Amino acid sequence: MAMQAMPRSGSNDVARIFSLFETMHLIRAFEIAADRAWRDGFVRGSVHQYIGEEAIATAVCANLRRDDVLASYHRGHGHSIAKGTDPEGMMKELFGRRDGTSRGKGGSMHIADFSLGVMGANGVVGESATLACGAAKAFRLKGEDRIAVAFFGDGAINRGVTLEALNWAKIYRLPVLFVCEENEYAVTVRTATVTAGDGALARARAFGLHAVSIDGNDLLEVDRTAAELIPRVRAGEPCFIHARTYRLFGHVSFQPDTYRDPAEVESRKAFEPIRRTARWLLDQGFSQADLDGVEAAARERIAAAVRAAHEAPWPDEAALLADVQDLEMPA
Amino acid sequence: MTYSEAARLALAEEMRRDPLVWALGQDLGPEGGVAGQYKGLLAEFGPERIVDTPISEATMLGSAVGAAAMGTRPVCELRYADFGICAADQLVNQAAKMRYMFGGQMRVPLVVRQSIGWKVGGAAQHAQSTEAWWAHTPGLVVVCPATPRDNRGLLKAAIRCDDPVVYMENKNLWAETGDVPDDEEVVPLGKASIAREGEDVTIVTWSRIVAVALEAAGALAGRGIEVEVIDLRTIWPWDRAAVERSLEKTGRLLVAHESVQAAGFGAEIAADMAERMHGKLRAPIRRIGGRRTPIPYSERLDEPSRVTPAQIVGIVEKMA
Repeated sequence: MAMQAMPRSGSNDVARIFSLFETMHLIRAFEIAADRAWRDGFVRGSVHQYIGEEAIATAVCANLRRDDVLASYHRGHGHSIAKGTDPEGMMKELFGRRDGTSRGKGGSMHIADFSLGVMGANGVVGESATLACGAAKAFRLKGEDRIAVAFFGDGAINRGVTLEALNWAKIYRLPVLFVCEENEYAVTVRTATVTAGDGALARARAFGLHAVSIDGNDLLEVDRTAAELIPRVRAGEPCFIHARTYRLFGHVSFQPDTYRDPAEVESRKAFEPIRRTARWLLDQGFSQADLDGVEAAARERIAAAVRAAHEAPWPDEAALLADVQDLEMPA
Repeated sequence: MTYSEAARLALAEEMRRDPLVWALGQDLGPEGGVAGQYKGLLAEFGPERIVDTPISEATMLGSAVGAAAMGTRPVCELRYADFGICAADQLVNQAAKMRYMFGGQMRVPLVVRQSIGWKVGGAAQHAQSTEAWWAHTPGLVVVCPATPRDNRGLLKAAIRCDDPVVYMENKNLWAETGDVPDDEEVVPLGKASIAREGEDVTIVTWSRIVAVALEAAGALAGRGIEVEVIDLRTIWPWDRAAVERSLEKTGRLLVAHESVQAAGFGAEIAADMAERMHGKLRAPIRRIGGRRTPIPYSERLDEPSRVTPAQIVGIVEKMA
């Protein structure tokens, strides 16, 4: 099927959903390749897989303007790719190379692309919420109608700073969209077992935020919800999306996933967003070959990114001292 | 003009000059800041630029970082350095690191004001001096003005700086008066000033202890010892060249500060000068600073807990 320009947001237009399906596959291919490169020793440190959660970043970002911004967290690859960051620059970053998105000095948890409004992944849970509030404030001061999105996981709802930020956005009526990606686990602990009250949605509503809980693995539902809420956010009403999902990998590259019942993980696979969207697209008349082609194209694009990362130059030693601050010890 | 009025003047001038300069913190509007340093600014600039906030230090600073990352110049008022610790994550992990960890693609032009210094009856949680904490953090500039003139000129420089500046006024200096020039002087960051010239002993200090050292220097002059007092003004980056020049002359160094002596910033200066100036030194380098105790409440414990002119005189007499 020939692709047209992306139709209006939030519609169930098949061309639009097909395009988002491509983005989800690009994210997944990136994550699979990143995991492989980590196992092979080319990528170091922490790599937090977004596999199984791709629909949320994909559909939310598809409803943003290029000049809107997002603040992400440790599980941030999907948000960057969905906002348009070049996966090759990201892969070079994971490989610690000079031409990575952060010049090889940040790694997986500090990928940022300010040219596209990606204010960075972040290694401190919940911080995306405060940063997004600040970005939104800056837009208002400058008289701009841009918005800021804060992505975070369900673990973040037990950090005081997240709750402060919900209050903050509401009292100042800042154009912030909070997106809580509830994958049910805070590292290895089931979030529900360490959370008093009724969870993320109830907490957001306690601050008077317009908040909705949705199936975050349903691409169409996320797309519809983002399309409905983002104009409200842009008009100065902070909103909150509680997107229920499930991560199919462990929390982080180096930690064996021993704390979840394998049967639980297996049972969730049927509900993961790529399979579900594929079923929907087949119902709309796409062929399996069409869908396989998307996956193959994504894998090939990421494979090329990995090849480029292998060949990319390393930072030179002067990079160590660059960009700390303008003022240093006077000579 | 008082130290507090000088700070108010600096912020007002910078806010008139640049519409992207704004301030946030507790009690800026109704109270005009803990020492009146924001008095009248709400009326002039309105609630979008003089923002009264909830008591949410982490989000005050975190949102200031986000707003700085998007090109505005926030001045984040945290009242006391003790409360700055409530926002340590946003200062250390976010503001200080972002430029570097994102490969230089952005800047964080942010001023974080948190006052240091002893306070009458302040006790353990309202009177700490924490400049060494932030000087230890790569990415931060740390400024400790000692005079009204410098409080005006350094705050203006801090607001214009493209990197995060921890700006630490001193609670005991708010009411101090001094001359402030008519022109809009901007005092460069990273440059010390010579508060008193002398040939025999160099005292490197900052903030309130500048006045303490000057008082000691006056007493010592009567005993035939001429002390040079260097007001460092900026703790990081500190003006090593100014200290070296002075030591070329005196060969004797005392570093004095109000904050805890152990692992204080004086230790860095002492160690650095010991390494670089060993052959020029005529006496062991000395330090004096706060005791390694929480700040006590009782007035009977003030004297033994503080750095005094008499203590400085005693140390310098043994060095000269």
